[in-house]
Amino acid sequence: MRKVAVVAAASRQEEKMLDTEVELMIPLISEVKARTGLDQTDIGFTCSGSSDFLAGQAFSFVMTLDAVGPVPPIAESHVEMDGAWAFYESWVKFQMGVIDTALVYSYGKPSPGSLQDVLSTQLDPYYIAPLWPDAHAVAGLQARTLLEQGIITVDQLADCAVRAGTVESREEYFSQPMLSDPLRKADCPTYADGGVAMILAAEGKAEELCEKPAWITGIDHRIDAHHFGVRDLTAVPSARLAAEKAGVHDGPIDIAELHAAYTTHDLLLRKEMGLPETPNDNQRSYPIKADTLMASGLLRIAEAARGIWDGQANRALAHATAGPLLQQNLVCVLSGESN
Amino acid sequence: MGTGGELAAVVGVGMTKFSATRGDVSMPGLVREAAQRALDDAGMQWDDIDAVVMGKAPDFFEGVMMPEIFLSEALGCVGKPMLRVHTAGSVGGSTALVAASLVHSGVHKRVLTVAWEKQSESNAMWALSLKQPFQVSINAGAGGYFSPIIRQYMEATQAPELIGCMVAFKDRQHALLNPYAHLHQPDLTFDQVVESPMLWEPIRYSETCPSSDGAAAMVIVNEEEADKAKNPAWIHAGAMRSEANNFPGRDEVNPLASRECAEDLWNQAGITNPREEIDVVEMYVPFSWYEPMWLESLGFCERGDGWKLVESGATHIEGGDLPVNCSGGVLSSNPIGASGMIRFAEAALQVRGMAGDHQVEGARKAMGHAYGGGAQYFAMWVVGKDKPNA
Repeated sequence: MRKVAVVAAASRQEEKMLDTEVELMIPLISEVKARTGLDQTDIGFTCSGSSDFLAGQAFSFVMTLDAVGPVPPIAESHVEMDGAWAFYESWVKFQMGVIDTALVYSYGKPSPGSLQDVLSTQLDPYYIAPLWPDAHAVAGLQARTLLEQGIITVDQLADCAVRAGTVESREEYFSQPMLSDPLRKADCPTYADGGVAMILAAEGKAEELCEKPAWITGIDHRIDAHHFGVRDLTAVPSARLAAEKAGVHDGPIDIAELHAAYTTHDLLLRKEMGLPETPNDNQRSYPIKADTLMASGLLRIAEAARGIWDGQANRALAHATAGPLLQQNLVCVLSGESN
Repeated sequence: MGTGGELAAVVGVGMTKFSATRGDVSMPGLVREAAQRALDDAGMQWDDIDAVVMGKAPDFFEGVMMPEIFLSEALGCVGKPMLRVHTAGSVGGSTALVAASLVHSGVHKRVLTVAWEKQSESNAMWALSLKQPFQVSINAGAGGYFSPIIRQYMEATQAPELIGCMVAFKDRQHALLNPYAHLHQPDLTFDQVVESPMLWEPIRYSETCPSSDGAAAMVIVNEEEADKAKNPAWIHAGAMRSEANNFPGRDEVNPLASRECAEDLWNQAGITNPREEIDVVEMYVPFSWYEPMWLESLGFCERGDGWKLVESGATHIEGGDLPVNCSGGVLSSNPIGASGMIRFAEAALQVRGMAGDHQVEGARKAMGHAYGGGAQYFAMWVVGKDKPNA
């Protein structure tokens, strides 16, 4: 496989932004271009991820393309997925040997609507969505199953909430009322508007653009079944398999940037990927405190790369998820060393 | 950006019957119908597939957010990688190119790709008319958007007024040769096309595409696998380009992104004279006049001469030397998200000699073409009966 690295990243998250998607993305895309000195015409491929259901408009990504300035025309593609999958599509293009650089970006602005309810429309439209179960309700269903089967305990949930910083202490956690029984507010995500832009480069080019490229040593993604009656809600086989295929277990992981929007998801993912429940090094940021649908996954990759640039990590894991209850998962391992 | 890497070929093609309402199947049933036919054609089982790439147009068309999520089981994706592409009207073509890239890159050996739309589940006009703050609403559908551009073409080339009707009548005749086509109008006459109501001057009702339900699927494999197949369609070239919707000096009739995409495509395929070297074209023509416009943009003739090709009958399957849209084209079937993939899949069927009654005899090289947005997104490929550079 051809060696590819993350050489620049820029991101922004706020609970509620008044900027349009274009206004949000222009500074971020400009920042990664300025940092690498690349002009749009120097970039081999551009790929983005977003959702029309957040923008409330069909073909919404067409407008946002203005943030890139595609004049003259560019080689470009878009996934209706988290930007982490746009990152994957770009990595594939590098493997074809036809590009040396790529721009990847994604964004989401859930604040104009009720994301909790919008996410109901992602469920099977014939059998599940007509019941309008919102995202926290579905998460509560899974949490109840995990607790009843003794796979996790409420104390673990409390400790996870403390580690993620949604509460200061166990006492504070247990003082909270139930939000979606058995989940409290501290177990559930706060949604945020935001965006991420990133530049990737192949070996030979990456060293020119970045002092310490964050090399992709493995990347894989998998999807599980959708229907709750078919899935084992206490397991995430797709995350387990993606971690194996991405080579997570080939060496020590210094930081794991998990796209866990619920405490239950954090615990489940650690179990499936064989990561310690109480890591030595905390994540640089937690989606549970600011989850930006369509961008949180790509932001995990950006944070993992920053960990490598800062010297916090030599080997970092980034994870992205999509669909209800961790249905689809992507795992990427970044390393400070190219070998 | 070319195909690069390993050789790839189409060894399975599947399509559904296209119609206004496929009330007999759910969304999972629809995509599975096309996918199963592609697998049968390839002589494969679901387990043989390494990864799935799905494409469709806006999620608002069915009212399901990211529907690939709930179609995981229907497409046999459980435990596999799945990607969902969305690049406006060109999406069906882009989806095929992303699937091909998974093989060209050496990441996977056997990839299933599916594109679909089930417009009857929702209301496309509603989906396209959601008002946005601080944005000009078109409010007149795609025809209202493209009609001024078509008028500009007619003005610049002084094309005779009925060229568009000739294209529409030709594609509806072609559709009679394709059992999957949505519109089968055996009694339609040229005069009826001309006399049909004017919707968006100069676009008449009969010069527009229908709204369809339907899906298309392909199995794309690497060289080792394709060598085992009896009639693979080898991918000779693939290209995508996008440009902004609005900028000073933009040529909307013949967009720069279209010309650059075609130039890249012909270079990759080693084609210097498309008119001579391409045997059959499946082109994205949702409004009749786009056939002469794209013929010029893609380099099949000089600028201003596209309508002359149409008028001479060159693009008709009977007697034409450059048959265009032998399947009936988008003008006869338009499940939006799938329409681009149908073009790509029909090109593959032609070079495999499997296009049935709409087969162009001896077709060795075919082009598949798709566009989207305000004629700003382009996806194209060339497939051949022979291996590239053979």
